[in-house]
Amino acid sequence: MKVVLEDLTKKFPVRDRKGRGDVTAVDRLRFEIPDGYLIGLLGPSGCGKSTVLNLISGLLQPTEGRIFFGEEDVTLLPPEKRGIGLVFQNYALYPHLTVKQNILFPLENLKGKDKLTKAEMLQKAEETAKLVQIDGLLDRKPAELSGGQQQRVAIARALVKMPKVLLLDEPLSNLDARLRIQTREEIRRIQRETKVTTVFVTHDQEEAMSISDLIVVMKEGVVQQIGRPQEVYDSPNNLFVAKFLGTPPINVFEGRVRGHRLYIGDDAVLDADSVPDGEVYVGVRPEGFLMRETGALSCRMDRVQVMGRDISVVSANDAALNTAVRAIIGTESEVTKTAASAPEGSEIRFDLIPRKVFLFDRRTEKRIFLEEGGQ
Amino acid sequence: MRHKGFGGSLKGWLYLLPALLFLGVFMVYPLIDVFVYSFEEGYNSASQTYFGVGTYNYAYVLRDPYFLQAVKNTFLLVVVTVPLSTGIALLISVGLHSIKPLRNFLQTVYFLPYVTNTLAVGMVFMILFKKTAYSDGLINLLVTRLGGNSVDFIDGPYWAKMFVLCFYTIWVVMPFKILILTSALASVDPVYYRAAQVDGTSKLRTFMRITLPMIAPMIFYLVITGFIGAFKAYSDVVALFGTNLNAAGMNTIVGYVYDMLYGDSGGYPSYASAAAIILFAIVFTITCINLLVSGRRLRR
Repeated sequence: MKVVLEDLTKKFPVRDRKGRGDVTAVDRLRFEIPDGYLIGLLGPSGCGKSTVLNLISGLLQPTEGRIFFGEEDVTLLPPEKRGIGLVFQNYALYPHLTVKQNILFPLENLKGKDKLTKAEMLQKAEETAKLVQIDGLLDRKPAELSGGQQQRVAIARALVKMPKVLLLDEPLSNLDARLRIQTREEIRRIQRETKVTTVFVTHDQEEAMSISDLIVVMKEGVVQQIGRPQEVYDSPNNLFVAKFLGTPPINVFEGRVRGHRLYIGDDAVLDADSVPDGEVYVGVRPEGFLMRETGALSCRMDRVQVMGRDISVVSANDAALNTAVRAIIGTESEVTKTAASAPEGSEIRFDLIPRKVFLFDRRTEKRIFLEEGGQ
Repeated sequence: MRHKGFGGSLKGWLYLLPALLFLGVFMVYPLIDVFVYSFEEGYNSASQTYFGVGTYNYAYVLRDPYFLQAVKNTFLLVVVTVPLSTGIALLISVGLHSIKPLRNFLQTVYFLPYVTNTLAVGMVFMILFKKTAYSDGLINLLVTRLGGNSVDFIDGPYWAKMFVLCFYTIWVVMPFKILILTSALASVDPVYYRAAQVDGTSKLRTFMRITLPMIAPMIFYLVITGFIGAFKAYSDVVALFGTNLNAAGMNTIVGYVYDMLYGDSGGYPSYASAAAIILFAIVFTITCINLLVSGRRLRR
């Protein structure tokens, strides 16, 4: 089922000492989720992503705008008539019911022509349990399950009535790191198998990047960028998106363009033919550094961190906004040995890989494209 | 780990000492004493003498028509008021929980009987129900207006008196139950209701399958304390029907114990002790059954 959000706005009334007012949690949201896609709604806490989920579910009514499931306008429909499955952050499994009873619960609500016989219900519940691989736990109570198992039960309960849209609210935030990676693959597999259009909310960019077909990056109720994870990572629209995506985070420098050259401090690091003179922010992905003795950018060596496959060279630069400049360099390169042996405080030099360097307007923080025509 | 060994736990016992001391002197010792009296025939508290030891006191009490009437009254009171008051309190609490405006105000109103003196409330009930030479009482005015015959609720037929007593008891115990149940309802995480709503669960089913099981421990608590409280009813009955309860046929077990000790026909500590021990046995048995039943239900 295709989901279309049309100029969706949600304002919450606030009453404080300054009197009444409105806070805009979601501001003229507009995007389309193609049928069968897995969408990651991504943003820092308080950016309105959970509000968007609640608007799609119908638990909240939008102040303005409309929501379509396929061709049907569902804006005014209550949640139970929309045919959605919702997985809550803390799962909200009914603690006094067994796993089986929890999964059966939505089916037992069906009325009229949708009503199922006992045997049909049981068969559906068992099928769904098998899909999420909890078929051995049907007679347990939620309290007797691990976090990951509870998560699967919650997904099964949301899926059992064949929803048109599956909504997941921070589905992995209550799991430990190892389980999180395992469960997100699990969510991906289940979504692929059922082909149900899925929206999931997270503040963890890695989570969103790893399993989403499309990510929607939000900030303060406004969509910053929509695209395939790699696209958004490779070509962020603005400084916020650039900073929000990627671990380790992007390195940001204060720089300026003079005579078609880009300067960081006093170092001319790149050609910038199409860019007019002015002050800019320069974002450089950690993998955008090449360590060379003749490199354009000069930094002071701090330390080297070895992280298995890669090493990360931590250095300092006066123009950097991050406390440290972090460059990730593959261990296969010969330079690594020299780098690792460079004493603390000594000068090291980098060349920058142009496609890993992004320029942003100092005032608007919008992207300025380096090459003619942009990407 | 200080709590291992006696040295560490000595401090703990010291903290408990005042409570244990008072409980021992004012609870455990009298309880044992009453148990002993109940087997001593014709015990006289002034001369501290008795005729013999045996079960005669129990035999007497169990054959005493006043005691049997008191047992009947008490059981009737328990059976009628505990389920009714808990049920009505649940309805009112759910109602209070589902409205927003005036909730605090109404909560206060419902809580008022709890802080009002029993005897004062008894007086009000007298005015409402009592038939005098000058007035039929407010309730009777209503009854006759609706086409019924006026009834003397205070000195009249047994069912009328029982009705007033039950009505009164329910009214008095309700506030505490409402207080407990509203807080129990408020403690249910609203996310369960949202989950149920998304699944299209009807209001009734949400209540029966989600709300009720989640507040069940509190309901059981109220039922158990309700049973115990109703079995120990006395002051309410005095407030309504005066002190000569045997004559009114409205005595309760606790009332019988009191009358045996200090009443007009009193001065029999042995009979009083036997009746008190019987009451203790009844309350103990019923509480055990309650705990067994509720324990099994909650573990289910």
